[in-house]
Amino acid sequence: MAATGELRQTALNSAHRRMSAKMVEFGGWDMPVRYSGDLEEHRAVRAAAGLFDLGHMGQVVVSGPDALPYLQWLVTNDMASLNEGSSRYALLCKPDGGVLDDLFIYRLPGRWFVVVNASNRERDVAWMWARRVEHPEWDVTVDDATDRTGMLALQGPRAEAILGRLTPADLAALPYFDAIEASILGIQAIIGRTGYTGEDGFELYFPIAESERLWEAILEAGRPDGLLPIGLGARDTLRLEAKMALYGHELTEEVNPLEAGLGWAVNFDKGDFIGRDALLRVRDEKPARRLVGFRMVERGGAPRAEYEVQVNGATVGHVTSGTHSPSLGQSIGLALVDRAVAGVGKPLDVIIRGKPVRAEQVKTPFYKRAGK
Amino acid sequence: MSQLPTDRRYTKEHEWIKIEGDIATVGITEFAQSELGDVTYVEVPKVGEQLSQGQAFGVVESVKAVSDIYAPVAGEVVEVNDSLADEPETVNASPYEGAWMVKLRLAGPADSPDLLSADEYEQHIAAGGH
Repeated sequence: MAATGELRQTALNSAHRRMSAKMVEFGGWDMPVRYSGDLEEHRAVRAAAGLFDLGHMGQVVVSGPDALPYLQWLVTNDMASLNEGSSRYALLCKPDGGVLDDLFIYRLPGRWFVVVNASNRERDVAWMWARRVEHPEWDVTVDDATDRTGMLALQGPRAEAILGRLTPADLAALPYFDAIEASILGIQAIIGRTGYTGEDGFELYFPIAESERLWEAILEAGRPDGLLPIGLGARDTLRLEAKMALYGHELTEEVNPLEAGLGWAVNFDKGDFIGRDALLRVRDEKPARRLVGFRMVERGGAPRAEYEVQVNGATVGHVTSGTHSPSLGQSIGLALVDRAVAGVGKPLDVIIRGKPVRAEQVKTPFYKRAGK
Repeated sequence: MSQLPTDRRYTKEHEWIKIEGDIATVGITEFAQSELGDVTYVEVPKVGEQLSQGQAFGVVESVKAVSDIYAPVAGEVVEVNDSLADEPETVNASPYEGAWMVKLRLAGPADSPDLLSADEYEQHIAAGGH
């Protein structure tokens, strides 16, 4: 374990320590992995609400008259059809189609707000700069705003009611994926209706100096509803049940979006973009591998990242993420496997501590909130 | 942290061992379960297995982690706690009583200098537990 002194800290580090959160290293940051318990935190988000410190994530502001053509060239999804006040998931790919990062992009008045993963931020920003320099004809500004931007996520069925007590914004009128700029307790914030849990909820961006004030106020406002602070442990089980990709697991430079099941975030009709030619070939030849969801049908423990996957004793791929699912009460996982063995209902053997343990491929997401 | 039971010894790998006659009962400590978080799966050996000192004989899985359990002393497995297969959460609720994992018949005297007293183990945890 690396010494804490070498790790970056979010603005809420001392708040987490005051709550006796267990801290771990994540993407070079000292982050809370749990407060009260992984299962309790997971269930709070599914049944009520949870608050997440996402101060480690990166935010890059892209602006200028040519921001749109620049982003269209840079990322896989279509940005031209994204309305102002809305947001969209996209991938940052290399020319060979390998994924450098997955991004969440907001189109706001006068600028684009790009949210990137903590562990990839510096590489992403360097990549974005390098692509910018290749096109001197474009009038674009790329500004890494991470160090001045605070970020929280409020997730769960009670999220709207809780946030509604702290902002005059009409949250009921805010559709999923839309975003508004509004005040929360007088603090100017971006409120995006999105998340990484499979529940309704919001991601909030604000001046970093207001982090602790907002964190404490939301925890206080949500206490009667059962709101809990949520660590990375439950964040991982929540996103996995919702089959949301985690960079470094489902996505790497050696995985392309089509085999990762993210073809919906790749738009071939919008014009050229980095990786388009390679991905077109993958589409035409069909991806060699598929990301599949499975559940363990035999006892033997939970599948974990990097575990080998076999069919009839032959290696067919590896587990990208796996855990005990709190919502389903059974062990689940995602695996990247040869296309020939992929299919709902088909068996897989996961090698757990040297022994093949039987699994069955299932439909994903593993969990869907009621009414969705 | 709760007071450590003084009727047993401890290892730096966070097992406890309680010796009664020639039988040693083994489990994991309060500190170990709190580091792991919610335990979701426990694997114990089969009765009759011969364990050498320091051998990994079982596994505890939590939501986030997989951790081996090591035999603090050499011996033959004479009894295992089968109830942990269906109720792994007992490891969190009762690490020192309900969640004992195996009983070993000692192969020899259990006087290894690697076994810590409650005080020594407390100091080991205070120093980070690594």
